[in-house]
Formats: sequence, structure tokens, C-alpha cells
Amino acid sequence: MLVDPHTRARHAEYWRRNIRYVGILLVLWFVVSYGFGILLVDPLNAMRLPGTEFPLGFWFAQQGSIYAFVVLIFIYVKLMNDLDEEFDVAEGDGP
Amino acid sequence: MTVQQWTLLLVASTFTLYIGVAIWSRAKSTKDFYVAGAGVSPLANGMATAADWMSAASFISMAGLISFMGYDGSVYLMGWTGGYVLLALLLAPYLRKFGAFTVPDFVGDRYYSRTARIVAVVCAIFVSFTYVSGQMRGVGIVFGRFLEVDVDTGVYIGMAVVFFYAVLGGMKGITYTQVAQYCVLIFAYMVPAIFLSMMVTGNPIPQLGLGGVDQVSGMPLLERLNGLHQELGFTEYTSGTKSMLDVFCITAALMVGTAGLPHVIIRFYTVPRVRDARISAGWALIFIALLYTTAPAIAVFARTNLINSVSGMPYAEVPEWFTNWEATGLLSFDDSNGDGLIQFVGPDSPMTNELSVDNDIMVLANPEIAGLPNWVIGLVAAGGLAAALSTAAGLLLVVSSAVSHDLLKRSLMPEITERGELLAARLAAGVAVLVAGYLGVHPPGYVAQVVAFAFGLAASSFFPVIILGIFSKRTTGEGAILGMIAGIAFTGTYIAWFTLMHPELSNAEHWWFGISPQGIGTLGMLLNFAVTMTVSRFTPPPPEYVQDLVDSIRIPRRAGEGNR
Repeated sequence: MLVDPHTRARHAEYWRRNIRYVGILLVLWFVVSYGFGILLVDPLNAMRLPGTEFPLGFWFAQQGSIYAFVVLIFIYVKLMNDLDEEFDVAEGDGP
Repeated sequence: MTVQQWTLLLVASTFTLYIGVAIWSRAKSTKDFYVAGAGVSPLANGMATAADWMSAASFISMAGLISFMGYDGSVYLMGWTGGYVLLALLLAPYLRKFGAFTVPDFVGDRYYSRTARIVAVVCAIFVSFTYVSGQMRGVGIVFGRFLEVDVDTGVYIGMAVVFFYAVLGGMKGITYTQVAQYCVLIFAYMVPAIFLSMMVTGNPIPQLGLGGVDQVSGMPLLERLNGLHQELGFTEYTSGTKSMLDVFCITAALMVGTAGLPHVIIRFYTVPRVRDARISAGWALIFIALLYTTAPAIAVFARTNLINSVSGMPYAEVPEWFTNWEATGLLSFDDSNGDGLIQFVGPDSPMTNELSVDNDIMVLANPEIAGLPNWVIGLVAAGGLAAALSTAAGLLLVVSSAVSHDLLKRSLMPEITERGELLAARLAAGVAVLVAGYLGVHPPGYVAQVVAFAFGLAASSFFPVIILGIFSKRTTGEGAILGMIAGIAFTGTYIAWFTLMHPELSNAEHWWFGISPQGIGTLGMLLNFAVTMTVSRFTPPPPEYVQDLVDSIRIPRRAGEGNR
């Protein structure tokens, strides 16, 4: 398929930005679940989640990580929709 | 009205609703049948995905499992939600742009190989059938316990309902019935949870009640439960007994398995645009999180209630629900020391435990233990059925489309007409329902093990080759084929060895690195990645047109491309 060099470079740049966003979000995904919920659960359990009676590590493992997952997906949606606009690759409004 | 009358009324009216929805939304073309015409709104798709995803295991068994496992139960909570982050960030948008009908479709086209497509078809059918047999069994069990029909008869009734809307409506019928089923199941789950939270903690929101104060003792609830556990010789509720590595591996296998399950992936083909695929993963997770953040609260309320109401009680004075559930064999008391009291104690206690409680009781019997009205109990039965039927239908569609689309249309009979393919899809769905029913009546092993099997296999077969297919252009067909075979063979053998052939050896001493069969999918996935990447390096790069294809799925809309 013929794509002019300028567009090709723009697409490569779009993909690099996408990879960077995904990389950062996946680090956060790892930290809230595997980090706080599993690897660091014991030291964190010495603390309480402020305002509640939850041991902090236990809270991350059974509640907090799930809330964080939801937030991470919505951040991703916002970042990518903006990126699509910036690089003029967004789809139109109607199917 | 009695419990049984309420149950009959609620089950009959929800079934009528599902059938009505199916008639209204029947499929007219193969595109309707496979991907609901790709015209589902992101919000409806999120709801359908949540119902598709949450099975009898989530609805009936999970809270009970967590209740018994305490902190270790976190593997299910994180494992069965965290996979949606992987789906949203790494798979859904690109697969939507690719615009296929099935998962083997993507594998076959991206890896320019009929062999790759066939291997993927075999993996998809295998994973889906292992999973669906557990669902049909769940349907039978709910019927058996609440309507006093035989478990097998329950399976046949469930088959008839699924047959009707899966064969008639295909993906379109399934999608809109799943939306209805989500509403039923989440209502049925939340109502008893809110009642219980009010009773135990005085807070109507279960998620907050879990971190609240026990009404009886005035102590923080979790601290109170830890105290009870210590007295009775159980491990502290908020710490676990599994090794950290095993917890890590099980969580990872469940997350990656979620992202590799074909019936979840194909839901993202049903929305109109790439941006809809992204946001519908977010909606799906919100709808799932509502149940998944409630489950650990139910687990703690139920555990505390159970200990308070039976531990140390004279057997002669047990409440009515105790006797009712004893009759089902799911609860049993053996007065081994003959003192007439119920000793419900853990492994660290000097006394012998006399009470055994099946995990599934926790959700099903909770309304009775808490003394909730009869209609709530009937509602729980209807919710359990909704969860099992919606998942079964999604899985059956994967099987039927793998046969009619990938095997017939794309491999064996490329000249088949649109009408012929639609007929083949319906026939395949019908046959798949019959096979699923057979597996439900003659289940292979325990339901929980079978489900763990499906996750391990999905994690070690599809996930790595789809990710690499999108993110590495250099990945070759040879690499993908060998990777899938290596991953699924390794994981399948390990699980079969410990669960089917030598269940007596299944303990941390014999497991590799102490990783249980549930967590082994993580190693299988790494093996698949390693094999696929190594073989790709030593085989010729994919042809130019495939590299262009990868370029095109990475960008939502390229210059010159219309809106699809």
C-alpha cells in the first residue's frame, strides 16, 4: 500500500506515543495489584486505610486494585481518544 | 407465598423475558449471527460482556470460596478483573479495527496460515467446551436445590432455553438477552448483600460495611473476625496460607486467561468503532466490579454469621436453615466427641472439627441464614440461572462460529453461500448445545477444576500469539503455531497430571516451584512467548501484505480509509 513518507512518520510517532501510554498504565496496573496486593501486602497491613478499619494491604488485594483497574481503563480511553484527534486518525461519529 | 412458589414465579418470568428478547432480536445474516451486525452500543456491550463473563462460578461459588480462603481468595478478585485492563489496553481496540468474526479468524489471517487457523479452532473449541460443561452443571444444581427437580432434568431445561435463543438469535440474540440477564443477576446479588450489610455493620453499602464496625461487638469487623479465627484455630482471615509465588502465579494466570478467552474477546467485535471497543471494556469492568467488590463483603458477613450462629451451639437447638441444608448434603455435622455441641474449629485447634460446609452454600443459603424474606431467596435462584445461562450461550457461540466460519467457510468449503453458512452456524450451535448438555449430565471432574483448566489453556494458547501479532511485526506463522502448541501442551499436561491422573500428589511439595495447577498457565504463557519469539527469529519474516495489515490495525483510521 502506498503511504507517503510524512504520513508514515506521523503514524510511527502515533504508535510510539500509544506504546508509552500503555507502558505507563501497565506499570500502575502492576503496582496496585501485584505490588500492593501481593508483594508488599504484609508491611502495608500494618497500616489502616484512612477513615476505615481496613488493613491497607488487604484492602488493595480485595477492593482497591479493582477500583484502580476501572480508573486505569478510563484514563486510557481519554488519553487515546485525545491522541486520535491530535494525529487526525479518529473515526467519524456514525458507524 | 413459599420459597418454592416465589422461585417458580421469578424463574418462569425471567425465562419468558429472555425468550421474548430472543424473538425480537433474531439474526438475519451471518454478520448478525457472529457479531450482532457490529452495531451494539458500547454501554450495552459492556453489560453483555459482564453477564457473558460472570458465570455460575462468580455468582454462586466465589463469595463462598473467599469466605473460606480469606486473603488467599484475592487471587479470584484481582485475577478475574485485572484481565480487563489487558483487554482494553492490548487487545480490544486492535482486534476491533481488524474487524474479524472470530478469534481463529485473526490468528489465521495475521499468521497467513491455514494450519494456524486450525490450531486456533481446536484451542477455541477445547477451551469453550471445558468451560461450558461447568455452566450447564450450575444450571442443573440451581434447579435441583430450589425447585426440587432432578439435577439432570435441570440441565435439560437449561439446554432448551439456551438452544432457543442461541440458535435463533446468534450473537444478536445472545447480546440482548445478556443485557437482561445482567440486570437480573446484579439485582439478585445486591439485594441480599445490602440486607446483610445493614444487619452486620449498620451500613447499607457492603463495600463500606466491610471496612466498618461489627454491630454486636463494637469492634472493627475484620479485627473481630480475625479474633474469632484465632480462638477457633483458623489462620487469620486477612492473611493467607498460600505461598506468595503461588498467589502471584494464580492471579497472573487468571488475568491473562481472561484476556485470552475467545468468548470474551469476540464481544469486542460487536461494537461499531475502535473507540467504542475501548470504552466498552471500561463499562464492562464497572459492571463486573459492582459484583466483585461486593463478593468479599458477603464473604466476611457470611463467615461472621456462620461462626456466630453455629460455633459451640448445641446441635439440638440449631436453626431451621441448618436442618434444611443438611438434607442436601452440603452441610454436615458429625459429633465425633459426643458432647452434643457443634465444634467448628480450624487446623490449629486442639479439638477436632465436626462441621463441614460446602463453599456454594454461602451465597445460596445466606438469605436464609440472615432470615431474609422468601422472595429474596427466589431471586437468588433466578440470578444464579441468569449467570450460568448467559455464559453458556456466549461459549456455545464461539464453538458454532469456529465450526461454520473458520472450519467450513474459511478452510474446507470457501464457496459456501451466505445462507448456507448461516444454516451451518445454526446447526453447529444446536449440536454444541447438545454436547454441552451431555457434559453437564456427565461432568468431567469437579466444576472448579474444569474452569481452572479453561483459564490455564486460554492463557497459554491465545494471549501470547495475539499480543505478538499486534505488537511485533516480525512474529511469523511458524512461531505462532509452535508457540500455541507448546503452551497448551505444557499447561494441559501439568494440569491433567495433578488433577486427573495423580490428584494425591497435588500439593506444594510436588508442584514445580510450589506453583499449583491453577497458576501453571503463567508458566505456559511464558513458554509460549519464548517459543514464538525464538522460532520467529529463525524463520523468514511475514510477507509484505501482512506487515501492512499490522500497520493498519494499529491506527484507528488511516488517511484514505473511510469510516467503517
